[in-house]
Amino acid sequence: MRPILLKGHERPLTFLKYNRDGDLLFSCAKDHTPTVWYANNGERLGTYRGHNGAVWCCDVSRDTTRLITGSADQSVKLWDCETGVQLHSFNFDSPARAVSFAEGDKLVVITTDPFMEQQSAIHVKNIEGDRSKQNSDSVLTITGPQGRINRVLWGPLNKTLISAGEDGTIRIWDAETGKCLKESDPDTGHQKVITSMSKSADGSHFITGSHDKSAKLWDTRTLTLLKTYVTERPVNAAAISPLLDHVVIGGGQEASQVTMSDRRAGKFEAKFFHKIFEEEIGGVKGHFGPINALAFNPDGRSFVSGGEDGYVRLHHFDADYFHIKM
Amino acid sequence: MADVAVAPEAPHRLMTPDVMEPPRINLNIDWSQVDLDSVVLPPGEDCGIKSDDEEEEEEVLETDTGFGNVIVVDNLPIVAIEKFDKLEGVIRKIFGQIGVICEDGLWMPKDENGKTKGYAFIEYNTPQEAQTAREQTNGYKLDRSHVFVVNMFDDFDKYMKVPDEWVPPESKPYTPGENLLAWLTDERGRDQFVVRFGAETEVYWNDARQGKPDPVYHRTFWTESFVQWSPLGTYLATIHRQGAAVWGGEKTFNRLMRYIHPQVKLIDFSPGEKFMVTYSSHEPSNPRDTQRVTLNVFDVRSGKVLREFKGSADDFATGGTGGVAGVSWPVFRWGGGREDKYFARIGKNAISVYETETMGLLDKKSLKVDNVLDFSWSPTEPLLSLFVPEGGGGNQPARVSLVSIPSREELRQKNLFSVSDCKMYWQSSGEYLAVKVDRYTKTKKSTYTGFELFRIKERDIPIEVLELENKNDKIVAFAWEPKGHRFAIIHGDGPRPDITFYSMRSPNNVGRVTKLTTLKGKQANALYWSPIGRFCVLAGLKAYNGQLEFYNVDELETMATAEHFMATDVDWDPTGRFVSTSVTSVHQMENGFNIWSFNGKLLYRLSRDRFFQFLWRPRPPTLLTAEDEMEIAKNLRKYSKKYEVEDADALNAMSTQDIEHHRKLINEWKDWLSQWKNLYEEEAEQRMELRDGEPSDEEEDYEAEEVEVEEIINIEEEVVGYGFEQVD
Repeated sequence: MRPILLKGHERPLTFLKYNRDGDLLFSCAKDHTPTVWYANNGERLGTYRGHNGAVWCCDVSRDTTRLITGSADQSVKLWDCETGVQLHSFNFDSPARAVSFAEGDKLVVITTDPFMEQQSAIHVKNIEGDRSKQNSDSVLTITGPQGRINRVLWGPLNKTLISAGEDGTIRIWDAETGKCLKESDPDTGHQKVITSMSKSADGSHFITGSHDKSAKLWDTRTLTLLKTYVTERPVNAAAISPLLDHVVIGGGQEASQVTMSDRRAGKFEAKFFHKIFEEEIGGVKGHFGPINALAFNPDGRSFVSGGEDGYVRLHHFDADYFHIKM
Repeated sequence: MADVAVAPEAPHRLMTPDVMEPPRINLNIDWSQVDLDSVVLPPGEDCGIKSDDEEEEEEVLETDTGFGNVIVVDNLPIVAIEKFDKLEGVIRKIFGQIGVICEDGLWMPKDENGKTKGYAFIEYNTPQEAQTAREQTNGYKLDRSHVFVVNMFDDFDKYMKVPDEWVPPESKPYTPGENLLAWLTDERGRDQFVVRFGAETEVYWNDARQGKPDPVYHRTFWTESFVQWSPLGTYLATIHRQGAAVWGGEKTFNRLMRYIHPQVKLIDFSPGEKFMVTYSSHEPSNPRDTQRVTLNVFDVRSGKVLREFKGSADDFATGGTGGVAGVSWPVFRWGGGREDKYFARIGKNAISVYETETMGLLDKKSLKVDNVLDFSWSPTEPLLSLFVPEGGGGNQPARVSLVSIPSREELRQKNLFSVSDCKMYWQSSGEYLAVKVDRYTKTKKSTYTGFELFRIKERDIPIEVLELENKNDKIVAFAWEPKGHRFAIIHGDGPRPDITFYSMRSPNNVGRVTKLTTLKGKQANALYWSPIGRFCVLAGLKAYNGQLEFYNVDELETMATAEHFMATDVDWDPTGRFVSTSVTSVHQMENGFNIWSFNGKLLYRLSRDRFFQFLWRPRPPTLLTAEDEMEIAKNLRKYSKKYEVEDADALNAMSTQDIEHHRKLINEWKDWLSQWKNLYEEEAEQRMELRDGEPSDEEEDYEAEEVEVEEIINIEEEVVGYGFEQVD
């Protein structure tokens, strides 16, 4: 498996997202320009210019017409995917951390960091089909959970919101009223900050990765802990394969510690686990720093990893990957 | 003395009322409003409350009633009131010499006539002073009829309780002790090891067949600093503030014995497990003084202190000239093999050899050796080797000599010139002694190294000199093959040293050292021979990041090379079948251990944060004779057949078990998924609505449609020239 190196970012990667068709890959980094690539050969297609700070997260609409990006410059911008034109900018008083389109792409959820006197918050905004009608009014704002909210997702039928962040607790909110419906069990749940969260293809379950060196699989409806995958390193990114019963987990020693030891010490590996058996299958090495982002192609035949080293590595699986016997 | 039972109104400054009643801390809590039953303590958490077990120990130590610094002097002359002051003066003089008597610290009770009663209480500043006073003045003859009887006040209770009539001690029925060697009777002949990480201590079977360790016992906060197996593996010792304890037994680890020694820091077992030496050091009250050290020799079985050594740290520093290295552990080195007959320590110009039978100096005197710097025992017999550096400004050569105990006869001596340092390495069965000698070159600016090899078991103990081919090579490591005749040296000057194997035998039996092979340019800095010899792990620890090479010295070939990144420790199991490599908490990352087969196959690994210790449980020596072992080695095939079958069966059972387990997991998952699917389908319509009627929920519904779009990007008209004008 020879990876394709996508060199385009000058700063550590923060997030990777495929569109639904799996032909385009969107990448966010601490430099200010989200980039779109051909998912097949890694050719750069274009960039979205306009942010003035690190871009933490992005999401793309189902029909790949719109891209939404959240940035540390305290704005969330809506882009025309094809032309790179900025359609709208939602402005906040604190950095935006996570964004996610709802089913149907008519709503978007945005989280903002605690900043100055601002508490962290979850905002739900309307996305208008007609660009001229687009406004920044919030449909719902939830404040309350302590600390930064690193990831947010929509639950089934846009009825719930799932958030996870610095306090290691996963919470399910009512998307209408903003009431907290469920919290993950502090004993079985993560012990340290949750850094990533991503849904399975059908939305039935999701995986969270945490600095407590584990990744966990949860039921989207009931928030039941299904599986736990234990690694030797803090987990920064985790993703679920849409094709096989695999999950991939990436992370590594914290960036501030990296230069203090040998490259191998960091274990900057993307590790594959069997989703159901919780057993380690293998690892893909290559990054020179911790892995910050992972994503599976929706066809399950390739995946990308983005690292602190500023590279995106695009891996097409070898034929024998599909015949791994457990 | 009977009236002493009534507590005297001793002038006691310690017993002020506020000490008697500890002040209640005011927390502003109205306790009547607090429902104590509603307070739920976290499960499994003892909230720092000690278990009964530990409290017992505390009690033993806290017999301290506050009278520890008071002594009772008996048999004083009975004097009338006129002579009272004179007597007081005399007593003050005698007892004031030993320590500072407290203000109002002398109390002589009088009867109603004003006559003294013939005894007095004296309070010193410290219990130590009281203790010394008791030791020094008990039996002091004031005159013929007045011989002082001095006791600690605290002891009086004890003496008062002695019943008047002697009652024969009840003989308890014999309860057979636990079988402490039960672990050796494991059906599968597995070995145990103990690991310590975080606050946990765990004992495991090494189950290579299952590819994972099999837990035996686990305990949190088992020890306060470290754990240690006894040399034959019978006991596991733990260290606590109050002393050391040993644990062992058939199924679980029960506490077998405690050894009271407050603030114990280090312990050491004798090779035969009969004795234990404990060590503690105490900061002196005056910072300019050296540290005080206390060493206790315990009987392991009874827990009794057999001998106590106290002194300043200087007295116990090795390297007789004083102040060279501080106290080096073990202070006492055990000699004479497993019989535990002698132990010795080095002192100034002498080596003190003690007999365990009497716990006293052998023949009541130390072995005088001027300037002795180092010594070591033969591992099997009472034979000392000692090193004396050059003396008299270079006029007296340095020497290494062998001294037999108890006869103190010097069996062999070798003089050495321009020596800078010496190290002695005994082969495990005491057949050979290698002395590594660092010598100055002629310019005295640098040193080079050679070896003096003693053949202890041969007549007259012949000595052979071995020098490296390249004299400038530094010696990185030296190791004898256990029970064997070979040794290995890592030597070299650069980052990639060479490793050379030698044999004390030679092909034509002339008894000369022969070189077997040299491995060039290895990334290794430590040698670990298998306990049964033949195999050796060449390890590159620390700077080499944990390179491992498993080497077969019989065949002179490398069996495997591997790496355990950042490994800090390598240990063979006592049978020589497995090797463990571990990364302890000297590094932040990678903590945990790996288990390898003797030939370098990684069997399993376990990672544990804050990993401190990995120790194989030692085994007592085999009961088989050398001939028996030979016979087994010869007919190995016959014996191994049975085990191969067993292995195969176990493997089969395991794989079916595994498959079963996997199947179960898959079924559970499928059940869960189908539940989800049902709900999901129910919601399909609503979902479609959310998407403005776009139907494609599943990928199957997805139809690829190829649409050709022609897009005119730009139309540009351009006049094209004919082109033939340029032909010319």
